[in-house]
Amino acid sequence: MIFGIPIQALLGQLLIGLINGAFYAMLSLGLAIIFGLLRVINFAHGAQYMMGAFTGLLLLSWLGVNYWLALLLAPLIVGLCGVVIERLALRRLYRLDHLYGLLFTFGLALVIEGGFRYFYGSTGQPYAAPALLSGGVNLGFMYLPVYRAWVVVASLIVCFGVWLLIEKTRFGAYLRAATENPTLVQAFGVNVPLLLTLTYGLGTGLAALAGILAAPIYQVSPLMGSNLIIVVFAIVVVGGMGSIMGAIVTGYMLGILEGLTKVFYPEASNIVIFVIMAIVLLARPAGLFGRDG
Amino acid sequence: MAPPATAAGGRPAGRTRLVLLAMLGLGLAVAPFVLYPVFLMKILCFALFASAFNLLLGFTGLLSFGHAAFFGGAAYFTAHAVKEWGFPPEAGILLGVAGATLMGLVIGFFAIRRQGIYFAMITLALAQMFFFFCLQAGFTRGEDGLQGVPRGHLLGFIDLAQPLNMYFFVLATAAAGVLAIWRIVHSPFGMILRAIRENEQRAISLGYPVSLYKLAAFVMSAALAGLAGGLKALVFQFATLTDVAWQMSGEVILMTLLGGIGTIFGPILGAALVVTLQNYLSATGFPVTVLTGLIFMVCVLLFRRGIVGEFNASRLAARLGLGFNKP
Repeated sequence: MIFGIPIQALLGQLLIGLINGAFYAMLSLGLAIIFGLLRVINFAHGAQYMMGAFTGLLLLSWLGVNYWLALLLAPLIVGLCGVVIERLALRRLYRLDHLYGLLFTFGLALVIEGGFRYFYGSTGQPYAAPALLSGGVNLGFMYLPVYRAWVVVASLIVCFGVWLLIEKTRFGAYLRAATENPTLVQAFGVNVPLLLTLTYGLGTGLAALAGILAAPIYQVSPLMGSNLIIVVFAIVVVGGMGSIMGAIVTGYMLGILEGLTKVFYPEASNIVIFVIMAIVLLARPAGLFGRDG
Repeated sequence: MAPPATAAGGRPAGRTRLVLLAMLGLGLAVAPFVLYPVFLMKILCFALFASAFNLLLGFTGLLSFGHAAFFGGAAYFTAHAVKEWGFPPEAGILLGVAGATLMGLVIGFFAIRRQGIYFAMITLALAQMFFFFCLQAGFTRGEDGLQGVPRGHLLGFIDLAQPLNMYFFVLATAAAGVLAIWRIVHSPFGMILRAIRENEQRAISLGYPVSLYKLAAFVMSAALAGLAGGLKALVFQFATLTDVAWQMSGEVILMTLLGGIGTIFGPILGAALVVTLQNYLSATGFPVTVLTGLIFMVCVLLFRRGIVGEFNASRLAARLGLGFNKP
C-alpha cells in the first residue's frame, strides 16, 4: 500500500502509462523530425498511425502476412504513401506560411479517416499478437503481459535507433545541417528536396510503426489516431520541438504521469496532459526542451 | 458580393455595392417562404460563427484550432439556462455569450504566449480539454446532450416557436453580429490588428501592446462565436458534444478558407456552401468528411484566397468597380 493505493493497481497503471508513453514518444518523435526540416506540423500523423495498424490487419487478412513481416512492411508502405504525398503536394507549400501545411495535412487526415470509416465502419477489429509474444509472466508482485513489455522495449529501440540515425550518421548530419540552413546545404551540393521527401517518409513510417505496434493492444479502428494526435500535439508543445531527445523524454514522462493520474484522480486522467501544457506555457513558453518561439 | 473597403487600395464603389446588399437583404427576407427555415437558420448561425472566426484568422492573422469550444460551450450554457433555469431566450443567449467570452479570456491568455503553429496546437489542445470536461460534467448530460430546449418568447411576447419569428430573430442577430465585425475591422483598433497580422515585430516596435490587442481580438472572436452557438442551441433546440468536438473547429476553418480568409463576405458564402453541401450529402450516404478533407486540400493547394478573394482579385470585379488589389 502506498498512499492508500494497492501496490498492484499502482504498478498496473504505471505499466499502462509507460506503454502510452512509448506511443507518445514515437509519435512526437516523428512530428518533431518532420517539423524540424519541413516546418510542417503533420496533422495527418494520427491518420498515418491508424494506416499502419490497418495495413498490418489487411496484410494479414488478404495475404496472410504475419506480424513480424508486417512490422517491416507496414511502415514501408505508409512511408511510401508519405513520399508520394510530399512529392505531389506538400512541397508546393514550403514557401508559404507554415499554417497552410497544417491545414493541408488536416484535410489529408479527414480524407484518410473518412475513407477508412466508409469502407471498414467505425467498430474496432482485433489483431492478434504473435504466439511468441502472447501470454504473460508473473513477476511475483504483478502480472506482466509479454506483448506490453515488448512494446516498451521496441519503442525504446526505435527511439534510440532514430536518435543514432540523426546524431551519428551522414544522413543525419545532412538532415541537421539542412534544418539549420537549407539554402547553404543545397549550395554544398546536397540534394535538399530529396532530403525533405525522405524525411517526410521517415516520419510517416515511424507513425505507421507505432500503429502496427499498437494494433494488438488497442483495437484497429479508423478513428484510433484522431484523438491521440491532439494529445501528442500537447506533448509537443510541452517538450518544444528543439530536440529529438526532448520529444522522446517528454513522451515517456507524460505517459507515465497520465498513468499515475489514473490511480490517484481518475476523473482528471483525460485532461492532465493539457493541464501540464498550460502550466508549462506559463512557466516556460518555449517548452521544456524548446529553442525557438 | 461586395468586398470590404480597405483603407489602402480600396475603391469606393458605393452604388454597385448598395445594389448588391439590397439584393442580398431582399433575398434573405423572401428566403424563408421558399426554403426550409431551419436550414436557413443553420446557414445564418454558421455564417456568424465563421465570420467571428475570420475576425481572428483573417484580420489578426491568428489561426485558432479550438473555436468549437466557444461555439459549443455557449450552446451548452444557453441550453442549460433556458431549459433548467427557465431563462427567457435573450437572457439565455446573453449568458452563453458571457460564458464564451470568459472562456475566450482564459484560452486566449494561454494561447497568445506562442505564435503561428504553436498557437494553433495550443488552442486545439485546450479546446479538446474542454471537450473532455463536457463529456464528464453532469449538466451536459454526456453523450445524450441537452435535448428539448424550449425556444420561449422573445422579450416576453414574440413566440419563437413560430418558425418565421425565429428566422427573423436569427437573421437580425446574425446581421448585427456581422455588422459588429465589419465595424471592428474598419475601426482604428482593426487597423492595428491588421498591422499585427502583417508584421508583428514592427507593431511591437511602434509601441503597441501587441499581446493585449491579440487577446482583445481573441476574446471578441470568442464572444461572437458564442453568440452563434447560443443561437444554434435555440434553433435546433439541443446542444451536444458535436458542437464542442475538434471536427467543428475544422469545419469553421473550412468555411472561412473556402469563402475567402480576410474578406467580410467570404465566411458567409463559405458557410452557406458547406452547410448546403452537408445537407445534400447527408441524404446520399457519401462520407462527408472525405469531401470536406478534399475541399481543404484543394483550397490550400490551388486557391488560397477563397471564392470571394479570387473574385475580388478578378477582372470582373475590377470592371464592376468592386475589385481591390490584395496580395
